[in-house]
Amino acid sequence: MRKTPIRTCTQSALVVLLIFAGAAGAEVPADYLRSLDAAARADTTGFAGFSAARGATWFASRHGTDWSCTTCHTDSPLATGRHATTGRSIAPLAPAANPERLTDAAKIEKWFRRNCNDVLGRACTPAEKGDVIAYLTSLKR
Amino acid sequence: MFDDRRRKWLDGIAWTAGAVVLAMLVDTAVAESHRFPVDNASYQSECGSCHVAYPPAMLGAGTWQGIMRGLDRHFGTDASLGDPARARVEAYLEAGAGPARREVATLRISDSSWFRKEHDEIGAATWRSAAVKSPANCGACHRQADRGDFGERNLRVPGGSLR
Repeated sequence: MRKTPIRTCTQSALVVLLIFAGAAGAEVPADYLRSLDAAARADTTGFAGFSAARGATWFASRHGTDWSCTTCHTDSPLATGRHATTGRSIAPLAPAANPERLTDAAKIEKWFRRNCNDVLGRACTPAEKGDVIAYLTSLKR
Repeated sequence: MFDDRRRKWLDGIAWTAGAVVLAMLVDTAVAESHRFPVDNASYQSECGSCHVAYPPAMLGAGTWQGIMRGLDRHFGTDASLGDPARARVEAYLEAGAGPARREVATLRISDSSWFRKEHDEIGAATWRSAAVKSPANCGACHRQADRGDFGERNLRVPGGSLR
C-alpha cells in the first residue's frame, strides 16, 4: 500500500500525541519513536499504535526467566529501584519522577538491549519497546 | 679508571634501589589511604549505573581485560557496551589497573587476596544482611565508595558491629 498524505499525517499525529501523552516534560526523541512505530507496523499487520495499558501489564509480567522489569525497578516506575544482584539503587524510570529518563535514544536502546536479554532471554520487539515507553511516559506523580 | 667505573656502577645500583623503594612506598601509601579517585565520565556512567564504579587499581590489567571480554555475560547479566563507550572504558581501566598481584582468576574483586585480607573481620551474617546483600554492594558500608573513598572515616557497617 502506498503512503497517502493523509496516512502520513495520521501517523505523524499519533507520534506527536505519544510524545505529549502523559507527563509534561517527557521528551522521548521523536525520530526514535517514529522508527519504533515504523518497525512495529512492519512486524505486525494491523498494528494500531502503542498502548500504555499493554506496556503496564508487560512491565509487571515475567517472560520466561526469574525476573520481570519490576524485579529491579519495583512495581512503580515512579519509585527508586534496586539492582537485583548488586543492591545498587536505580533512579526512577518514569520521566515524571526523573526528567532525564528516555531523552537519549542511544541510551534507551542500550538498556533495552541489556535488560531484555536478562529478563526475556531475547531482544524486545519494537512493539514491546513502544508500549513500555508509552506506559512510562503516561505516568504522573 | 677502575674506580671511576665502579663508582658509576654503585651510583646506578643506588639510584635503582632508591627508585624501587620509592615505588613501593607510593604503592603502600595509595593502598593505605584507601582513596582511589574514579574520574572518568564514561566509566562512571557505563559501569557505575549497576554497581559502584570500582576503582581500576583494585584489579590487575589482565583481569579487567577478562571482564571486558565477557560483558554480555557479566556475572549473570548482560552488560554489553557499544563503541565508542567500550573503547573509552577499556582505555581507562588499562591505564589505571593495579599491579600483577591483583590479578584474579575468577574476575571477582571479592575473591582477591587483598579484598579478603581487608574484610577478614566481617562475619557471614553481615554479608548476608538485607542492607548488604552482596560484597559487590560497597556502598552499604563504605558510604563514600561512589567517590572512590574507602577510608575508615566513612565506614559504617550496618548493625554497627563488624561481626
